Amino acid sequence: MKLTVKSDSLVVKSPQEIILARQKVREYARSLGFNLVDQTKLITATSELARNMVEYGGGGIVVIEHIDDQGQKGLRVTFEDQGPGIADLEMAMLDGFTTGNGLGHGLPGAKRLVNEFEIDSKIGLGTRVSIVRWA
Amino acid sequence: MERIPIIKMGPFLLVTIQVDMHDRLVMALQEDLTEMVSSNGARGVLINISSLDMVDSYIGRMLGGIASITSLMDAYTVVVGMQPAVAITMVELGISLQGVMTALNVEKGMDLLRSKLKLAPEQDHEIDREE
Ligand SMILES: Nc1ncnc2c1ncn2[C@@H]1O[C@H](COP(=O)(O)OP(=O)(O)OP(=O)(O)O)[C@@H](O)[C@H]1O
Ligand SMILES: [Mg+2]
Repeated sequence: MKLTVKSDSLVVKSPQEIILARQKVREYARSLGFNLVDQTKLITATSELARNMVEYGGGGIVVIEHIDDQGQKGLRVTFEDQGPGIADLEMAMLDGFTTGNGLGHGLPGAKRLVNEFEIDSKIGLGTRVSIVRWA
Repeated sequence: MERIPIIKMGPFLLVTIQVDMHDRLVMALQEDLTEMVSSNGARGVLINISSLDMVDSYIGRMLGGIASITSLMDAYTVVVGMQPAVAITMVELGISLQGVMTALNVEKGMDLLRSKLKLAPEQDHEIDREE
């Protein structure tokens, strides 16, 4: 059972707000005792997913949580938008797939940077991505 | 309009990237660099990213874009000062700075450029005089 110890949520619609989300995640990661490399992985994954949300989902909400699973501390970050959704999730998770002018490493790359990765998307309703890294 | 300063260092240009740069700032920098490479005949550009605490695919693309523009102008780009944690994370993320040379710091970056351009070490001033 994952309990939320502390959380913050931020509206992210602009590139400037992506930076704020990264700073908040950094703050949480530091206070949870993540080392520098793990902090960097978390803020990089946050940057990728928040940017997708701004670029393709029209912006959305980022929720940052300090979670606890029977004494195991972790950081969960959830990205939720009400954009157009992703037509083919399997394709979107492949390295090199993009419908924009990216390189298509954002989603699969973010997944590699964390311990748990969940993505849920419905056409016309939006996209929700949730990542966890254990401390 | 806000712009990133470009500093002339002997035959090279030095750009220090502080934080995330938005699209317009990146475009302005690319224009300014192109302009300065052609007007100064600079053959090398050093991009210092030591104050960046992460490089995501967006920043990676921006660095690659600068490198490909300067290479069209017959100049080399070296990215210097990447923090170790940033390098480790970039590899896992799956982005490589393709076509971009890297060096540990500004000094090593200048050495790399000098050897690429077959300039003798520390002869920047002579080159200046020749121009
Ligand atoms: N929040 C979202 N809403 C709608 N579509 C999305 C969202 N996130 C990702 N996508 C779709 O999934 C594709 C793959 O995303 P991914 O982040 O892997 O690559 P990219 O953003 O295209 O390029 P990169 O991240 O390398 O710059 C995107 O091109 C886009 O079509
Ligand atoms: Mg992306």
